[in-house]
Amino acid sequence: MSRSPLATLANIVVIGVVLALPLGAYGLLLNLKVFSGSVPTEPQISLFLANGLGKSDIAEIEAQLKRTTGVQTVRFVPRDAALAGLKRSPGMGEVITSLRENPLPDAFVLTLVDADAEAANRLEQLFKALPGVNHVQVDSAWVRRIEGLLRLGRMVVALLATLLGFTLVAVTFNTIRLQVLTHREEIEVSRLVGATDAFIRRPFFYLGALLGMFGGGIGLAIVAGAFTLMNRYLAPLGRIYGVDPNLSFFAHGDLLAIMAFAAILGWLGAYLSVSIHLHNIGLAEYHRQK
Amino acid sequence: MAESQPAIAFTNVSKRYPGGFEALKGVNFTVEPGEFVFITGHSGAGKSTLLRLIAAIEYASSGAVLVNGQNISALKAHGIPFLRRKLGLIFQDQKLLYDRSVFDNVTLPLLATGHSSADAARRARAALDKVGLLNRERAQPITLSGGEQQRLCIARAIVNRPAILLADEPTASLDNAYAETIMAMFQSFNQVGVTVLVATHDHSLISRWQPRVISLDHGMVTT
Repeated sequence: MSRSPLATLANIVVIGVVLALPLGAYGLLLNLKVFSGSVPTEPQISLFLANGLGKSDIAEIEAQLKRTTGVQTVRFVPRDAALAGLKRSPGMGEVITSLRENPLPDAFVLTLVDADAEAANRLEQLFKALPGVNHVQVDSAWVRRIEGLLRLGRMVVALLATLLGFTLVAVTFNTIRLQVLTHREEIEVSRLVGATDAFIRRPFFYLGALLGMFGGGIGLAIVAGAFTLMNRYLAPLGRIYGVDPNLSFFAHGDLLAIMAFAAILGWLGAYLSVSIHLHNIGLAEYHRQK
Repeated sequence: MAESQPAIAFTNVSKRYPGGFEALKGVNFTVEPGEFVFITGHSGAGKSTLLRLIAAIEYASSGAVLVNGQNISALKAHGIPFLRRKLGLIFQDQKLLYDRSVFDNVTLPLLATGHSSADAARRARAALDKVGLLNRERAQPITLSGGEQQRLCIARAIVNRPAILLADEPTASLDNAYAETIMAMFQSFNQVGVTVLVATHDHSLISRWQPRVISLDHGMVTT
C-alpha cells in the first residue's frame, strides 16, 4: 500500500466525487422533507369572507359549514387574529406595523374528513357559491405536489445510490487488483513460508474498507462544502420570503451510517477482487489440479 | 509416534507436467528424522520437482508423498500453510523481497504465522546471528553479496525452527569457499536434529561430506 500512495489517494478522491452526487441529492431531499413536514398535510380549505359582514352573517355561514357533510372541523379566524399571527412570522412584523389598516379578511379554516382531492374540489365549488364568501383556497394541493415530487426524488436518489454504489465497488475492485499485483512477490513468499489465505487477504480487506470509508468522508466533505456555498446564496433569497432556507447537513448518526455503508461497499469490492486475483498467485498449479 | 515414522517417504511417485513431460518416474525413498541427504543429478533430472512435491508447491500425478506421516496428495488447500510451517525452504531463485530490509525479510515467516513483533524480532536476530548477518539487519538485500543473500535465505528458512530443511541448489552461484561455509551451516542445523535435504549438481561438495546421496537420472532414482 505504501508503494503507490498517490494512486491510492487518487482512487479515494474518485470514490469521494462519485459518492458526492447521491449524497448531495439525498441531503437536499432530506431538507425538502423537513420543510414540507412543517406544513400540515391533511387537506385544509380556507374560506375568505367579504369585508363588512355582520356577526349574524358570520354565524350563519359557520352554521352552514358545520352542517356540510365531509367537513371535520370549522375554525373561525377573525381578521385581527390573522394579522397578529402574521406579525409573529419572521420578517413580517415591520411590514405589518407600517400598514395603516388591516388588509386581511375574516376567514374560516376547515379540515376535511376525506383526504382525496375530489372531495376537496367538490366542497370548494360548494363554498364558492355561498353568499359572503369571497375566495376559497384548497391548501393541501401544493403540499401534495411536493409530496409527489419527494417520492420521485427518493426514487431518483435510490437509483443514483445503487448505480454509484456499483461504481464504488468497481473502483475498489480495480484498486485492490492493482495492489494484489504490486504485492505479488510478497504474497507468493508469504504463502511459501506458511501464511494462511486469511492472513494474506486481511490487509486487502482493510484497505478496501478504508478506501470506501475515506471516499465516503470526502464525498460528505464535498456535500458539506456545496451546502455551505448554497446557503450563502439562499440566505438573501430567504429574507425576501421571510423563511429560513438554511440547508442543514446530515445528522451525526447519518454521517456515521454513510461512512459505515461506504466502508462495507469498499470491503465488498476488495473481497471480490481478492477472491478472484489471489488464486492466480503461487498456488496456480495446485488449484488447476484439485 | 514421531520417532517411528520417516520424515519423508516417497512411494512410487510420478510427476507428469501438462504436455507430457515426465519429471519423476516411480520414485521410492524414505528419509528418517535427523538425516542429512543430498539429492543429485543432471539439470532437469527432477531434483527441484522432488523438493517442490514435499512442500506441496506441486502435486504428484500418482503415488504418495508423506511428510511426517501426512499424505501431501490428500492435503486440502487450507492445510498447506500448516505443512509449510514445519518446513524451511531455500529456493533456487531465492525469492527475497527487495523492497524491504534484511531484518524484515527474516521476520516475514514469523509475522505470517502469528508471532508477536517483539518475539519475531528476537527470533529474527537469533537467526541472522547464526548466519553471520546480524550487523546487516538494516541493509537492503540488493546491497548484499551473492553469498550474503544466500545466507539471508537460510536465516529466513530456519527462523521458524523447522523440523525439515529443503535447499534447492543453495551453492549454485557461490565460489568453493563460500559453498563450504553454507554447507557447514547445514551441518550444524543437522547436528541439532533438523532433517536436511539438499539438491545439488555439485559433486565436489558430495565427495567432501560423504553423506547419504539420492541420485536422479531422467526422473528415476539410480542409487
